[in-house]
Amino acid sequence: MLKINHIAKTFNPGTITEKTALVDVQLHLLPGDFTTVIGGNGAGKSTMLNAVAGVFPVDKGTIEIGGVDVTNLPEFKRAQYLGRVFQDPMTGTAATMNIEENMALAMRRGQHRGLKWGISNMEREMYREQLRKLDLGLEDRMASKVGLLSGGQRQALTLLMATLRTPKLLLLDEHTAALDPKTAAKVLELSDKIIREQKLTALMITHNMQDAIDYGNRLIMMHEGRVVVDVAGEEKKKLTRADLMGLFEKAAGQQLNSDKLLLS
Amino acid sequence: MEIVKLFNAMPGAVAQGMIWGLMAIGLYITYRILEVSDLTVDGSIATGGAVAAMLIINGWDVWAALLAAFVVGMLAGLVTGLFHTFCGIPAILSGILTQLALYSVNLRIMGNKANVALSVNKYGLLVTSRNSRVLGLQNPIVILVLFTAALILVLYWFFGTELGCSLRATGANRAMARAQGINTSTNTVLGLMLSNGIVALSGALLAQFQGFADVGMGRGAIVIGLAAVIIGEVVFGKIFRNFGLKLLAVALGAILYYLVIQVVLWLGLNTNDLKLLTALVVAVFLATPHWRAKYFSKKKGGA
Repeated sequence: MLKINHIAKTFNPGTITEKTALVDVQLHLLPGDFTTVIGGNGAGKSTMLNAVAGVFPVDKGTIEIGGVDVTNLPEFKRAQYLGRVFQDPMTGTAATMNIEENMALAMRRGQHRGLKWGISNMEREMYREQLRKLDLGLEDRMASKVGLLSGGQRQALTLLMATLRTPKLLLLDEHTAALDPKTAAKVLELSDKIIREQKLTALMITHNMQDAIDYGNRLIMMHEGRVVVDVAGEEKKKLTRADLMGLFEKAAGQQLNSDKLLLS
Repeated sequence: MEIVKLFNAMPGAVAQGMIWGLMAIGLYITYRILEVSDLTVDGSIATGGAVAAMLIINGWDVWAALLAAFVVGMLAGLVTGLFHTFCGIPAILSGILTQLALYSVNLRIMGNKANVALSVNKYGLLVTSRNSRVLGLQNPIVILVLFTAALILVLYWFFGTELGCSLRATGANRAMARAQGINTSTNTVLGLMLSNGIVALSGALLAQFQGFADVGMGRGAIVIGLAAVIIGEVVFGKIFRNFGLKLLAVALGAILYYLVIQVVLWLGLNTNDLKLLTALVVAVFLATPHWRAKYFSKKKGGA
C-alpha cells in the first residue's frame, strides 16, 4: 500500500543549518498494516511522515501510495490518498469554521470543489451520526466553531475527518502527544477502533514505547535517518520493552538511552 | 461652526462612505478571510477609477465600464498573487510591488495625465456627488445601497459554496487546507483577484462620484479600508455573527468613518492632517488586541 524506496532528505544543504534528516529510508507497507513508529529525537520519524505527505520534496528515492508514484505530486494532490492527524491539535482543523464545515471540507478531499453549496442537509445527518459515535457530545454542537473545542475533542474530530473519506494510508504524527494522559488514551483507543473497523493501512508515530508495542501489527524503530528495527506479526505480539531496547542496541551499535526515547 | 453646514455635508459623507464600504468589503476578503495583508489596493482603486473614466469618456456604457474596471482590478490581483505564490515573494511586498507598478500603469491608462475630469454634465454617470442631497432615485445613496446589498449577497453565496469554503479554509489554516486537498496557492491568487476586482469597482464608482479620476486617489486606501473593517467589528462585532452581517458591518464601518471625518473637519481640523489622524486611529485599534493580551490578560486555559 505504501512503498518508500530509498528516500533521503537534507534540509538547508550547503548552509550552517544543514541537517540530514533522512539518510536512506526503505519501507513497504502491506494493505491493512498498522505500523507504529518509534525513535529518539531527530531520528527522522516526522520527516519520513511529512515526506510521504508531500510537505517537502525528497532529494532521492521514490514514494508510491497504493501503486501510484506520488514522488513529484504536491502536498494538496497527495491528500486524496491520505488521512492525516498532527501532533498539534490546532493543525488539523480550521478553528474559525464550525464543526460541520470542517467535516464538509474533509468530505471533499480529492474531489472537485465547484460552485455547489458547501454542505448539504443529507451530509449533515451523516456527520451527526459519525459524531455521535465519538461519544463526546459533538453531534449537538455542529454549528460551534472548532476553536471552542478542547485539544482532545479537536484531535478526535481530526481523526474522524481524516477517515471520513477512506484514505489509502492514515498518517498519525504523535497525535496524542499534546493531550493529557486520560484523553490521550481515549484518542488512541478511538484511532485503533477506526483503523480496525475500516481496515486501514496506518503509520503511527508515538513517543510511548508501550503504546508502540500494544497497538498495531508491526513496529519500526528509526535512528539517525534510517529504519533500524522492523518487527511484525507473531514476533511483535511477544515483544517487550526490554526486547525492543536489545534490538535497538544491536542495530544501532550503542546503548539506548530510554529516557531520550521516551521524552522525544 | 454652523451646525447647518455639518448637516449639509452629511449626505455626501454617507455616499462617499458607502463607496469606501465596497472597497473595504474587498479588503475584508484578503485581510480577514485569507489572512493576507494586501497593499495592492492603493493602486488598484485608482486603476479602477482610471479605467472607468477613460472608457466612459470614450463612449462606453457606464455599466460596461464598471465591468471592465472589475476585470482590470482582478488582473492587478493576479499579478500580486503570482508574485506571492509563483515567485515566493512575501505577500506584503508583492502588494507593494504591484502598487508601485500600477502607478505607471494608471498614468498610461489616463494618457499620461495625472488626472482626468469626468463631468456629469457630459456623460451619463451612475453616481455623482452633485445629487447627494437630491430626494429621488438619482441620489447616489440609493444606487449605492443596491450595490452594497448585491455585493454582500453575491459574496455570501460565493463563500458558502464548496470553492468559497475552501478559500475560507485556506485563510483559517493553510496546513489543514492542504491536508484536505485544497490548492492553497491557487486559492490565495483567486482571493487576491476577487478582492482587487471589488476594490477597482469601488474606484470606478469613486471616480464618477467625485467627477474625476486621479493617479493619487488610492493613497492610503488600505488604511481607510482597515479603519472601516475595524470600526465595523468594534461597533457591530458583538451583534453581527452571520457572515453576511459581518460584511454589512464593514460597509457600515466605512460610513461611520466618513461621518466622523466630517465631524472633525467641521470642528476645525486641517484637511491636510486627516491622513495622520486616520493612521494614528487605525494604529491604536490594531494595537488594542496586543495590548489586551499583554497587559490585561486573565489567565485562560487555551484549547
